Amino acid sequence: MPIEVLMPALSPTMEEGTLAKWLVKEGDTVSSGDVIAEIETDKATMEVEAVEEGKVGKLLVEEGTEGVKVNSPIALLLEEGEGSGDLENYEPEGADTGASSGGSDDTKEAETSKDADEPSRPQGVISGASDPEIPEGTDMVPTTVRDALRDAMAEEMRRDETVFVMGEEVAEYQGAYKVTRNLLQEFGSKRVVDTPITEHGFAGLGVGAAFGGLKPIVEFMTFNFAMQAIDHIINSAAKTLYMSGGQMGCPMVFRGPNGAASRVGAQHSQDYSAWYAQVPGLKVIAPYDAADAKGLLKAAIRDPNPVVFLEHELMYGETFDVPDMEDWVLPIGKAKIRREGSDVTITAHSRMVGFALKAAEELAEQGIDAEVIDLRTLRPLDTDTIVESVKKTNRIVCAEEGWGQHGVGAEIAARVVAEAFDYLDAPPARVFQKDVPLPYAANLEALSLPGKDDIVKAAKQVCYVE
Amino acid sequence: MMATKKASAGKTGRTATTATKPAVGPKAKVTKDQLLTYYRDMLLIRRFEEKAGQLYGMGLIAGFCHLYIGQEAVVVGVQAALEEGDQVITGYRDHGHMLACGMDPNGVMAELTGRAGGYSKGKGGSMHMFSREKQFFGGHGIVGAQVSIGTGLAFADLYKNNGKVCATYFGDGAANQGQVYESFNMAKLWNLPVLYIIENNQYAMGTSVKRASSETHLHKRGASFGIPGKEVDGMDVIAVREAAAEARKHAAEGNGPFILEMKTYRYRGHSMSDPAKYRTREEVDDIRSHHDPIEGVKKWIAEGKHASEEDLKKIDKEIKEIVNASADFSKASPEPDPSELYTDVLVES
Repeated sequence: MPIEVLMPALSPTMEEGTLAKWLVKEGDTVSSGDVIAEIETDKATMEVEAVEEGKVGKLLVEEGTEGVKVNSPIALLLEEGEGSGDLENYEPEGADTGASSGGSDDTKEAETSKDADEPSRPQGVISGASDPEIPEGTDMVPTTVRDALRDAMAEEMRRDETVFVMGEEVAEYQGAYKVTRNLLQEFGSKRVVDTPITEHGFAGLGVGAAFGGLKPIVEFMTFNFAMQAIDHIINSAAKTLYMSGGQMGCPMVFRGPNGAASRVGAQHSQDYSAWYAQVPGLKVIAPYDAADAKGLLKAAIRDPNPVVFLEHELMYGETFDVPDMEDWVLPIGKAKIRREGSDVTITAHSRMVGFALKAAEELAEQGIDAEVIDLRTLRPLDTDTIVESVKKTNRIVCAEEGWGQHGVGAEIAARVVAEAFDYLDAPPARVFQKDVPLPYAANLEALSLPGKDDIVKAAKQVCYVE
Repeated sequence: MMATKKASAGKTGRTATTATKPAVGPKAKVTKDQLLTYYRDMLLIRRFEEKAGQLYGMGLIAGFCHLYIGQEAVVVGVQAALEEGDQVITGYRDHGHMLACGMDPNGVMAELTGRAGGYSKGKGGSMHMFSREKQFFGGHGIVGAQVSIGTGLAFADLYKNNGKVCATYFGDGAANQGQVYESFNMAKLWNLPVLYIIENNQYAMGTSVKRASSETHLHKRGASFGIPGKEVDGMDVIAVREAAAEARKHAAEGNGPFILEMKTYRYRGHSMSDPAKYRTREEVDDIRSHHDPIEGVKKWIAEGKHASEEDLKKIDKEIKEIVNASADFSKASPEPDPSELYTDVLVES
């Protein structure tokens, strides 16, 4: 049987083209890789190479022919031992060749049956996990958020030799914000690694180390600088498991302070919560108090997935009780109801939780009983806890420190509208940063950032109280 | 792989050092078996890529498809110098690397056609395939990203003190990415066991090295970091093997990274839809006729009378069968089940 040379496609969308020129004639011998013809579309010209070796038996399409359908035979090659007799016996296979049976038809079929076949999205990864019980009589130790984070890393590094921390000034300097204080002394320079100022490079290096079997904790001095590294966080860390069909997990933590600091201007004061929370393949955590910081960071380090752990510079020095327990690990993906209430739900994460709690106190004085939900994890988002709360309060205020457009609050509002529309007595309200880069001047900075008063105002608005 | 580590006495590679192939050095020894293995491995890559090009033309492979034709000696030569357990990572022109690492042609081709039998179950495509078993870490679509990641794999090697090295491949285009230099700096600072293999095929898409690089001798790019570099005839599989063996030794012995600039050439366009207006057909034909890596080995085999024309034909036929079988497999394998849409996003803990 002679070998058919088919009209190739220049692109997946090309359906036909012009056979511009033959570069071989009948009787020529060709081998794999030899250019045999040129084809053209309105966009490009391309050479057709022989894929098999043999003698050109017959040119089926004359040069200059327009509208030659992709995948139709354009020439016949004779294999060794074949002659003109074999050409006479040749019958075109027609539409039954390769592509039509294997490729495009399948695709069409897949498209037409899309609705029927579309799988339902799994309902998150939250499996009824709840915070561990704190046994009666457990010491509650006042701890700063800074030390709680450090303790989490130290405990996990003691537990697992493959855990190491790297970043700028994490070792000798003891951490730009002292979060890694004393880790170098305990674990040495092999596991507490000072890097050059080279976020893109060391984030990628961390991903490689994770692929290579280690569990890196990559500290960014602030998440503002992680912008230089965001390609590795998203394209390399978050997507590779999927792109590898489940082979290549990336167990690592990207952590550091996120959001506004104090009087440092626009480039050092951005909240990236919504950015990372949008990306499948990542888990995103933003704790408020010291106990959550410790319990969730330990969970993040143990998690087999890449975790973005958003801290807050202005919270590092705040002190909260942390239970003195052997192994304080909290479930990722569970929100925490910080204050129960019946009149309005307020959601917040990270530092905004503090403002939400203060706002709730002030609202209580005015007779409004607010429920405060600390989101703790932004991806996966604990929609159930929020929706259940709204079914009770019938009102919601979504507060966040970052910009509003396409923000965390926008997402929560959309989910509440979709899942608890009939329960709402007012449109969801949002509290967020003014739509400007953060200014330096003290007065303008204060005007730009959201706080307790904004939450109080929004809560009264959804309660229709003056 | 082990057999290629040390050349046995007897057959010498003299033939390889003479003729038009420079830079092998008089001590480069090569056995008959090695030559036949390299011939076979390079031919497999070439025939596989030709088949992939054909399947692309038939609409069975879509999207981006970057063929390795012309560059076969680089990956086959380097692989011959690596040891069991060494890691390999590269960019998007990756089919050749996967085959050289011993990955199954069926699984690679079926990934190209986006089928369930592909290495990534059809979810990765041409640029995103991996095999932990064969220590192949991708397959990366972002130019230069694999350089930082490969440096991290070497970091893990040193951390575990396992004596392995990471062969990190990138092109002349990626050699201008910032993160490459960030990685060079850390790799030398910490003396990580990493081989940086620059596959200089002379064109980053359609931009020649001259038009994109102020310093066109890319092996010198590590000089300011204290990283040694060497220019290698990347069309000569023996020269590549010898240089890679030296570089591997350097890295594995704790001296840190080594840069190998492989001067090579891709015969096909950057990707399938490249009309190749930036170079002449004469230029391509000249390389194909005078510097083809497979023809080079074939010539040495003939000169050394290591195999007859018939023997080589037998190998050709065998390769053709493997490649045709991979094409058949890639057509017969079903599309991934719709339920795969939501799997492998996260590792379930």
